[in-house]
Amino acid sequence: MIQEKVAQKAASGEAPMLLSLRNVGKVFSNGVTALSKVDLAIREGDFLSLLGPSGCGKSTALRLIAGLSTPTSGQLDWRGPADRSNIGFVFQEPTLLPWASVFDNVWLPLRLKGVSRAKAEPAVMEMLSRVHLTGFENAVPRELSGGMKMRVSIARAMVTKPRILLMDEPFAALDEITRFKLNNDLLELWQDERFTVVFVTHSVFESVFLSSRIVVMAARPGRVFGELTVDAPYPRDEVFRTSPDYAALCRQASDVLVNAINSTAGPHHDGH
Amino acid sequence: MTAIEETTLKLDPEEARRVRQERLERIGKWVLPLAIMVLAIWLWDRICVWNEIPQYILPRPGVVLQTLHNDAGLLFSSLLVTLRITFLSLLLAVIGGVGLAVLFAQSKWVEMSFFPFAIVLQVTPIVAIFPLINIYVNNQTVKLLLCAWIVAFFPILSNTTLGLNSVDRNLRDLFKLNGATRWQQLRYLRLPAAMPYFLGGLKIAGGLSLIGAVVAEFVAGAQGQSSGLASRIIEAGYRLNAPRLFAALILISLTGILIFLVLSLVSHLILRRWHESALKQER
Repeated sequence: MIQEKVAQKAASGEAPMLLSLRNVGKVFSNGVTALSKVDLAIREGDFLSLLGPSGCGKSTALRLIAGLSTPTSGQLDWRGPADRSNIGFVFQEPTLLPWASVFDNVWLPLRLKGVSRAKAEPAVMEMLSRVHLTGFENAVPRELSGGMKMRVSIARAMVTKPRILLMDEPFAALDEITRFKLNNDLLELWQDERFTVVFVTHSVFESVFLSSRIVVMAARPGRVFGELTVDAPYPRDEVFRTSPDYAALCRQASDVLVNAINSTAGPHHDGH
Repeated sequence: MTAIEETTLKLDPEEARRVRQERLERIGKWVLPLAIMVLAIWLWDRICVWNEIPQYILPRPGVVLQTLHNDAGLLFSSLLVTLRITFLSLLLAVIGGVGLAVLFAQSKWVEMSFFPFAIVLQVTPIVAIFPLINIYVNNQTVKLLLCAWIVAFFPILSNTTLGLNSVDRNLRDLFKLNGATRWQQLRYLRLPAAMPYFLGGLKIAGGLSLIGAVVAEFVAGAQGQSSGLASRIIEAGYRLNAPRLFAALILISLTGILIFLVLSLVSHLILRRWHESALKQER
């Protein structure tokens, strides 16, 4: 019980700050305002979901955090340069090298940093066992199912032991059974390692199940609409998934999301 | 494994028909072309006999085979000369094509600036360029190599360039995220991604380098400077030695087929584990 409270406290704002976005905006060259005046505090150990309709800029926010794109206005303040340079990223598709074995795919980030195969092997094998893929090191991606490919992708993102893991709707293309399983495994991994996660999703249920905090975003222009703290203890499992607490939290998050969608003004509005 | 399943399974008529169809197709794939070929050769022979066509106009297949045997020494030493030019020019086409493609891949500006030159080189008929090469280059081998190379390098360049530029956007981001250098990106991402495209170009270039070698010999041979298969053909033509002409022609065709088969095999062996084009249709 005490441990749970500590975890909750950490989630609700007493852990050290890892990254803060201050007044961040992004305007593309075609004139579209993808993000406008976004303020976001990401604390160490957060499992933060960015929840919103398509076009709300949640993927853009993730790319800004990753450094794959630069903000038009505002700034990102990292705690330290080490945190900025070691980022794990999981794309919506598994995005594996189709010609390389599972081992080589997971080895890749280390290989790019100059770590030899022999030196990388313990870390790669450990990561593969963490995502339940021991025995598949020599398979190539096409021999794997969609869920397994996503596990390889997660192992690859985590093999460098990043402080922050960015995930861009990673399970959106998977069937529900596989998605639930990967949700559970991801939470297990997160609880063991206590890294920080920023998880982009458009699923209310997924965000409530996983997150300690949910940031709801609205579209046109992309902006932060509201924030919820998910006050449910970890570990969360299948019991939590069917509990009244979960249902209540989902309703709460859903209400905020509906308001966010309705707040979008203009002719593109399809809420009514 | 599937065979056992087929026999133990009770198949409905539709599935049984499909299995029969597949088996027929598998046999037909080999038997049909062979049968047609044999039929064509037989017909060739008959036409010669029925119409009493003289040997110096259209020799019977048997005579051609006989010539192939009798003139083997002469023909095969010529074949070797042609093969040497073919393979050297293919090798140079690979080095030149891939090298230029990698250079083009370094920057859009380089590609935009120089690709038109490659196209000009490609679309100008080699026969028309040869007199110029003949003036500028003295060495016979270099002359022929240059000709065959000009014909063969373009498909490799164009395909490899396409391959190097068709890397998945997310994979590129992943490399960027992990601080990959330009060289690492080329070595671990762009070159492997370009492999299927390169191999496609190589298959075309293999045939073209043989054609290039023979055409170059033809032009050079007309000036009495060559000893390859093409010059044997010209010579045989002058002497109305049709059987030898046919024999040389058959050798060139067989060589071309062999080159294609070998390159197809190489391509299959390299891609079989991961690329869609090399996968067997299952499921």
